[in-house]
Amino acid sequence: MDFELPEELQLLQETVRKFVDQELIPVEMECRDGVKLKPEYRERFEAKTREMGLWMLDVPEEFGGAGLSLLGQVIVWAEVARSVALPSRGHSIFGPEVRPVLYAMNEEQKERYLYPLLREEKRACFAQTEPDAGSDPGSMRTRAVRDGDEYVINGVKRFISDADEADFAQVMVATDLSKGSHGGISCILVDMDNPGVKITAKYKTMMGYEPCEIVFDDCRVPAANMIGAEGEGFKLGQKWLGIGRLKHGGRAIGVARRAIEMGARYAKQRVTFGKPLAERQAIQFKLADSYTELHAATLMVYHAAWKYDQGEDMRNEGYMVKVFADEMSFRVVDRVLQIHGGVGLTTDLPIEYWFRDQRSRLITEGASEVMRMVIARHVLRQFD
Amino acid sequence: MDIVVCGKIIPASTVTIEIDPATKRMIRKGVAHELDPAAASAVEEGLRLMEKVGGTLTLVTMGFNEITIGIRTALAMGATSAVHIFDDALAGSDTLATAKALAAAIGKRPFDLIICGTESSDSYSGIVPGQVARLLGVPPVTFATEMAVEGNTLTVKRQSESGYDVVEADLPALVTVTSGINEPRYPQLKGIMAAKRKEILQYSAADLGLAAGDVGEAGAREKVLEVGRPPRRDVGEVVEDDGEGGKRIADFLAEAKVI
Ligand SMILES: Cc1cc2nc3c(=O)[nH]c(=O)nc-3n(C[C@H](O)[C@H](O)[C@H](O)COP(=O)(O)OP(=O)(O)OC[C@H]3O[C@@H](n4cnc5c(N)ncnc54)[C@H](O)[C@@H]3O)c2cc1C
Ligand SMILES: Cc1cc2nc3c(=O)[nH]c(=O)nc-3n(C[C@H](O)[C@H](O)[C@H](O)COP(=O)(O)OP(=O)(O)OC[C@H]3O[C@@H](n4cnc5c(N)ncnc54)[C@H](O)[C@@H]3O)c2cc1C
Repeated sequence: MDFELPEELQLLQETVRKFVDQELIPVEMECRDGVKLKPEYRERFEAKTREMGLWMLDVPEEFGGAGLSLLGQVIVWAEVARSVALPSRGHSIFGPEVRPVLYAMNEEQKERYLYPLLREEKRACFAQTEPDAGSDPGSMRTRAVRDGDEYVINGVKRFISDADEADFAQVMVATDLSKGSHGGISCILVDMDNPGVKITAKYKTMMGYEPCEIVFDDCRVPAANMIGAEGEGFKLGQKWLGIGRLKHGGRAIGVARRAIEMGARYAKQRVTFGKPLAERQAIQFKLADSYTELHAATLMVYHAAWKYDQGEDMRNEGYMVKVFADEMSFRVVDRVLQIHGGVGLTTDLPIEYWFRDQRSRLITEGASEVMRMVIARHVLRQFD
Repeated sequence: MDIVVCGKIIPASTVTIEIDPATKRMIRKGVAHELDPAAASAVEEGLRLMEKVGGTLTLVTMGFNEITIGIRTALAMGATSAVHIFDDALAGSDTLATAKALAAAIGKRPFDLIICGTESSDSYSGIVPGQVARLLGVPPVTFATEMAVEGNTLTVKRQSESGYDVVEADLPALVTVTSGINEPRYPQLKGIMAAKRKEILQYSAADLGLAAGDVGEAGAREKVLEVGRPPRRDVGEVVEDDGEGGKRIADFLAEAKVI
């Protein structure tokens, strides 16, 4: 058993850490406009990441990407999350965001959607959640009914990130209501300029993101836009979510690492009642617990990523990572906020941003309760 | 053109350096290491030259086993290969012994140019490059803030008290570069992945024909007598600003003849 990262990943970690320390952290409080990176900073950062070859890290080499292992990706996400320079969701500085489900497209679909996406000519959004189907997507009501060479889509999707900037949507639709998540859901690509598609609302959230509501009203889409066969969509989408959960894990580690660093530094500086905070056990315990939980989460995230890279099924580890690492990072940020007192509440420091953002992660892309629900199923199955 | 870069792998900038009170040496075992920023500048300068005129760039370093990550950094930046001098017998080497080992390793293969940092970032004696040049019988050209090679001639702008001198030397030669000479590149992802396949040649003291009495603790002619903290500086004069603060500072600076 070897707990050391392979040497090339240690080097990657060190390289990205330097990049974050030198390029991102010094400008992190000024380079964003809300949750959007200012164009001049995007240009500057992307020039560097392209030069460093940190471009399309998750895209397989056959599609011109870096084809980095999941463990490698986790390490990059963790380092980058040490800074609040980049928006935590959406358009990163490492090239277009491609959801693996798109690799399941046939060649003709790739020509129309995947390659333009990789060339940054088109952008995509992912539409699954509905007003009455969030944690339980199997109960979705947006229907696609076959009519000759077309599908006709009717329904409402809610909380869809970046729908207002997307050229096409990867939409999860019910093709057989009786089957639900067991073969009743399909994945279809819809151009956002289709006359049957309307963005009807934008929701303001406490993180600053404004996900959209999309209404499909007799929206006619060529049957050739379906990815995989009818009823396969849910399976394809779930595969992507597995990787997404580790992305949460990587991010959580990075946030916690930097927060602990800030907490420790501040505790040594700040004197109250004649002594630095760092000498008070109440403060020391916050740091000790945070450090311990960070260590546990790091091992969990690395292990799950490693397992994935071995070609093994890591779904269970992924659920555990999602709930443990996300909750860990929120607890750590909460403690570090407490250590900072009033200063921590100001928008001069990254802490309050993490507090809002890490909190939101206990809900999005698989809420904590739902993760626990599936973990429990796994536990209960094991013991008769 | 065959370029050699001498570079040290030193405790990482994030490490708080401790001195072993018994040996009076820096504790290097078990701490994170990285390529010395001074060495990174030397590697960068060498790579730019190699990219222009072709050839090879070999990193030569002496240090213990835990430093391979730093060597891989230079390889990931683009160095073609590396030489790692590593032997328990070399522990406790002073600057001259270090230079002897480096020179012996460099002398094993033909070379055109040796690039060193002006001084290392951890011990910064600034002595080693001169010693290496002497041992190999090549001219040392120091404090380069700019360098170029045309044919067989090395030309550098050499930093001086009042500005710079332009110095020329025939190759083979040794040049030491200042830290501001360039901004070292980040290793590219491709380079990082390729680095693990590049050759790191390991030499022991015996491979280099160095006897125990020449190097290591036994061969050291320098002796560290005492290691201490710099004396605490006085707090200085504290002025409460009662609206006259700016004037007081200006007066103070004028008195010190700074302005
Ligand atoms: C900023 C933002 C961006 C988003 N982007 C996208 C996007 O791009 N695409 C997309 O499709 N969706 C997106 N979403 C939607 C997001 O994934 C959902 O909000 C999430 O899945 C939770 O669904 P819900 O809000 O309907 O909560 P619900 O499913 O209504 O759950 C409410 C609460 O009940 C709990 N709960 C649910 N079931 C159980 C149970 N069985 N036992 C115990 N507790 C339970 C949940 O954990 C939660 O705490 C986004 C949301 C936000 C806020
Ligand atoms: C009695 C004594 C015992 C010592 N014992 C040890 C010991 O056990 N372990 C130990 O690590 N140090 C030891 N040192 C320190 C050691 O002498 C110096 O680290 C080494 O000689 C380099 O000196 P410097 O860093 O001041 O080099 P400088 O002269 O400041 O370095 C200038 C340039 O020379 C080149 N260079 C210098 N050192 C190396 C190197 N090792 N490899 C490649 N290029 C290099 C680089 O280009 C560097 O930029 C000891 C010193 C003394 C006096």
